[in-house]
Amino acid sequence: MKALLALLALVLATAVTAPAHAQGWPLERYTVEDRNSGYFYLGRQTRLLQDDDFQNPGMFAVDQGAALWRRVDGTQGRSCQTCHQNAADVMKGVATRYPAYDAKSGGIINLELLINRERVEKMGAAPFAYESPELLALTAYVSHQSRGMAKNIDISGPAAPFFEQGKEFWNTRRGQIDISCAMCHDDRAGMLLRGDVISQGQTNGHPMYRLIWQSISSTHRMFEWCNTSMRAEPYPLGSPEYLALELYVAWRGRGLPVETPSVRK
Amino acid sequence: MHAVFFSLVVGLAAGVAAAQAQAPATAPTPLQAHLTGPIPPLVKYEIVGNTTIPQPLTERPGDPVRGRRVVTDASNSTCLICHEVPTLEEFPNQGKIAPSLEGLGSRYTAAELRLRLVNPKLLVPDTMMPAYYRTEALTRVQRQYVGRTIYSAQDIEDAIAFLMTIR
Repeated sequence: MKALLALLALVLATAVTAPAHAQGWPLERYTVEDRNSGYFYLGRQTRLLQDDDFQNPGMFAVDQGAALWRRVDGTQGRSCQTCHQNAADVMKGVATRYPAYDAKSGGIINLELLINRERVEKMGAAPFAYESPELLALTAYVSHQSRGMAKNIDISGPAAPFFEQGKEFWNTRRGQIDISCAMCHDDRAGMLLRGDVISQGQTNGHPMYRLIWQSISSTHRMFEWCNTSMRAEPYPLGSPEYLALELYVAWRGRGLPVETPSVRK
Repeated sequence: MHAVFFSLVVGLAAGVAAAQAQAPATAPTPLQAHLTGPIPPLVKYEIVGNTTIPQPLTERPGDPVRGRRVVTDASNSTCLICHEVPTLEEFPNQGKIAPSLEGLGSRYTAAELRLRLVNPKLLVPDTMMPAYYRTEALTRVQRQYVGRTIYSAQDIEDAIAFLMTIR
């Protein structure tokens, strides 16, 4: 009896003290062939912050997104849920395929712009500003439904010229500092840039919670930040240039699992 | 004899007075002053033997003390982002993506360093190192930096003076 009680106490103690690893994936999962998620380059503390849904600050955006999914807005009296029902079912896997070529606009569309278009066309609602907390929250919520699924970006057919455009952007030296994305994120990933480890610049965890900004943040905001760090004129968030770059970068991370919401430095 | 001595003293005194009068004008320029306000004209320089710029870009000699501040300025492309400088051990987290600058002053002449700072791409076309004194052949420079160099001409000279002390 005593032994049984001790065992019970041990089990309870373990259950209480073990971190609630919602993800808790083995590290190997963050690498596919030569492609490493940004998670791979994080310090232990930041990894733990991402791993635990009750500590991950990006989960606030996901929760806010869930509320927005159900909120009626616009002239049609609809919410996202009115048409799409349960996001956990119908949005599963969607984020693995975006950005993608969009026949309707004849260009590349990403989740942010797709959500906004649905709001305008199906709900009769105003689009959200690109980096608004609302659009980031909905994007994070939709992306979160694919967590653990591999990024699978289609660059064939009509997407091909945009892919080439994005690839050229990636490889072009820019700004007064005159450095391309590739010079750091292809050629020097894993090396130390002052106190920071250079990552491969993968986007599979986006929208991410970025610690230095203390907010959920889009891929395009990160592009803008990288450009201005090189003292290069940025493009507008949601611009065709950044969409093409986003397509190339997402393809570059093919096979990596969606981590949204990731936590990054 | 007295006259000569007298004129020497007067001359010295005049020299000291002139130096004192000039003092405010020759106070070190604040860091990054060239990155705002009117765009300073680009100083012309001559490359000799493909590897050197023997002539300093400024009349004022390089100041190693200010040069130390220039090269460690964290908000203006400090060398330490990429390079280690063993004599700057009080700066933590030095970069390790480019060669260490250990013994730099023994390995290069000031004329060689000047070309490497002004435009290292003339020596190594695909180097990642920025050209610290160049405004042309760049892509999509951010509006506020168009026509401006990363370092001012004086920054280049002061930086060289400091870098030559790394031995």
